[in-house]
Amino acid sequence: MAVRVDPTVTYIRPARGWLAINLREVWLYRELIYFLTWRDIKVRYKQAVLGIGWAILQPVLTMVIFTVIFNRFLGVNPGEGIPPEYYPIYSFAALLPWQFFQGSLQRASISLVANANLLTKVYFPRLIIPFSSVAAGLVDFFFSFLVLVVLMIYFGIPFTLHLLWLPVFLLLALLAALAVGLWLSALNVQYRDVQHMVPFLLTAWMYISPVVYPIDVIDVSPIWQALYALNPMVGVIQGFRWALFGTHLPTMMILTSAGMVLVLFISGLFYFRRMERNFADMI
Amino acid sequence: MSEIAVRVTQLGKQYRIGALYEQRYRTLRDSVTALFNPKERQNQERIWALRDISFEVMKGQVLGVIGRNGAGKSTLLKLLSRVTDPTVGEAEIHGRVGSLLEVGTGFHPELTGRENIFLNGAILGMKRSEIERKFDEIVAFAEVEKFIDTPVKRYSSGMYLRLAFAVAAHLEPEILVVDEVLAVGDAEFQRRCLGKMGDVAREGRTVLFVSHNMSAVLRLTDETLVIEKGQLALRAPTPQAVDFYLSRGYAQVGQRRWDDDEIPSSAYPFRPLAVRIYNPQNKVVDTLRSIEENVVEVEYLLDAPIAGLRVGIYLMSTRGENIFTSFDTDDPSQFEKLAVRLAGKYVSRCILPANLLNEGRYVIGINASSYRVKRYFQDEQALAFTVDAAGAPGMHWPEPRLGAVRPRLDWRIEVI
Repeated sequence: MAVRVDPTVTYIRPARGWLAINLREVWLYRELIYFLTWRDIKVRYKQAVLGIGWAILQPVLTMVIFTVIFNRFLGVNPGEGIPPEYYPIYSFAALLPWQFFQGSLQRASISLVANANLLTKVYFPRLIIPFSSVAAGLVDFFFSFLVLVVLMIYFGIPFTLHLLWLPVFLLLALLAALAVGLWLSALNVQYRDVQHMVPFLLTAWMYISPVVYPIDVIDVSPIWQALYALNPMVGVIQGFRWALFGTHLPTMMILTSAGMVLVLFISGLFYFRRMERNFADMI
Repeated sequence: MSEIAVRVTQLGKQYRIGALYEQRYRTLRDSVTALFNPKERQNQERIWALRDISFEVMKGQVLGVIGRNGAGKSTLLKLLSRVTDPTVGEAEIHGRVGSLLEVGTGFHPELTGRENIFLNGAILGMKRSEIERKFDEIVAFAEVEKFIDTPVKRYSSGMYLRLAFAVAAHLEPEILVVDEVLAVGDAEFQRRCLGKMGDVAREGRTVLFVSHNMSAVLRLTDETLVIEKGQLALRAPTPQAVDFYLSRGYAQVGQRRWDDDEIPSSAYPFRPLAVRIYNPQNKVVDTLRSIEENVVEVEYLLDAPIAGLRVGIYLMSTRGENIFTSFDTDDPSQFEKLAVRLAGKYVSRCILPANLLNEGRYVIGINASSYRVKRYFQDEQALAFTVDAAGAPGMHWPEPRLGAVRPRLDWRIEVI
């Protein structure tokens, strides 16, 4: 008898070994990504007086604190040929992608556990959960980006064609958050230690990224620079600064960071797929 | 011979118990120690929640699934709805599966009825255009037109349930899996849900109906599977299957006992043993008199100390109305005294006062939980009993009285 493959038939079998990544199925469920993202955004600012205003206040207040402490008290200057009085916008240019990364990763890492009731009741590609929690950060990013535009006008930073590269660096930040988020969310299903570790991890991560200080303070030897750029956020932040201030374009750094994101992302996908089949039993 | 909708072949699901499931989730440290301690790894006992199940369901058939708590019914549904993967065997599903495992899954209390319809629809696998098309129908079925833009956290539980069922019922899957959704809701709503499910079947779609409600199973299904200890005990025409199930002695009179295999591992360290009702003559009874004081007793074991434990009962009418909830540590001083209950065997007893209940049939549920920490165990339908109202107030008028309670009120009649 000929084997007929009927697309409407689903076969339920024990999963074995490493599973293929079924991105086609994720695509079929793309509307669910949209609705879960929309739910996250909607719920986050419900019953908050300032609502979406928090998306603006958070980076602005952080910028003020950084400027007072690091620039005024500790004398950290932008470097890379940028005058000291530009420190606020210099740090803001890094805070913008950093806070997006931080928020997205934070949400993604607890996303599966936070949606345990869905995981144990309904079937859908589990990848959708971390995907949508990262996507939800884009709205906050958009509002903080408006602040950046205001700051650019205030500081008289020219709008150049380099700015067109920002979406590329944003995409890199998004993929970085997703890549790490895939690992951490799947790990968190089994080990709740992860959710205690994440805040600490992110604090440490910020200090190894050039958020409050310029890249100049890192040893200029190519080996150190390459090692430093293994941190994906280095490429993202330097990319943002290049697009805004026309500083030196750190091509090698960006490529290193992008390579690292790719490695983390693909391994994260596979790890996630492997753990996925047990989520409902372990959560 | 009609077409096959579901074909299940020697399906089995094994769970590991031991560290992983008793502690609910393990920590990194546990894993690391287990790694260096091979003995502990082997000690993780495995149990088959479901084993060697094979059956076929034809298109358009409504198949009942019955069995005790913990028999494996839910595991079967979870496998068929792809929430979890089988350990062995195979299932073949022809068409889209819609599951009504627990209505309202994915509802977010902060969102409005309208928003939840879209969200819930998407979670259940509906396309946005499909939801838009059926939106009015869903709202009308749920009868929530006026509140459609109100956050569902302000809905009554009835409205919430109606809306949730309405979304799921309009999913129009080829195969609808229904798990005990009818245990809640008022009689009228239950009637409509059953009607809706009948429609689904008439349209040539397949329904798998899991329930403890034997009358619903009898009314709705022609054929029924009886699952017992993870295995298929019988497949027979429904009346025969229900008879078989009831005669297995699970419907004990006046008391309900739990065997170890019926207790979910998530209940650890709480282990329910029995619930029973005693009449004033100290006999375990199924029918009690409303004018007497009766005693409800919950017997349980704690395998480890629990802080802030409360063990309590729910009382419901068989029509699904909640009558009351009461916990053994409702008295604050008692609660402070029992801040931690040590491991051991316990009985929590309460008096069901005289002149409380009207005649009729009632269901006792039990709950063991630590407030805002964990619900260890819950069985909403642990034990059913009948109340005889002979001698109750107003019985000299042989008319039925509405309401679940029939108190003896202190009436004074004065001429003024």
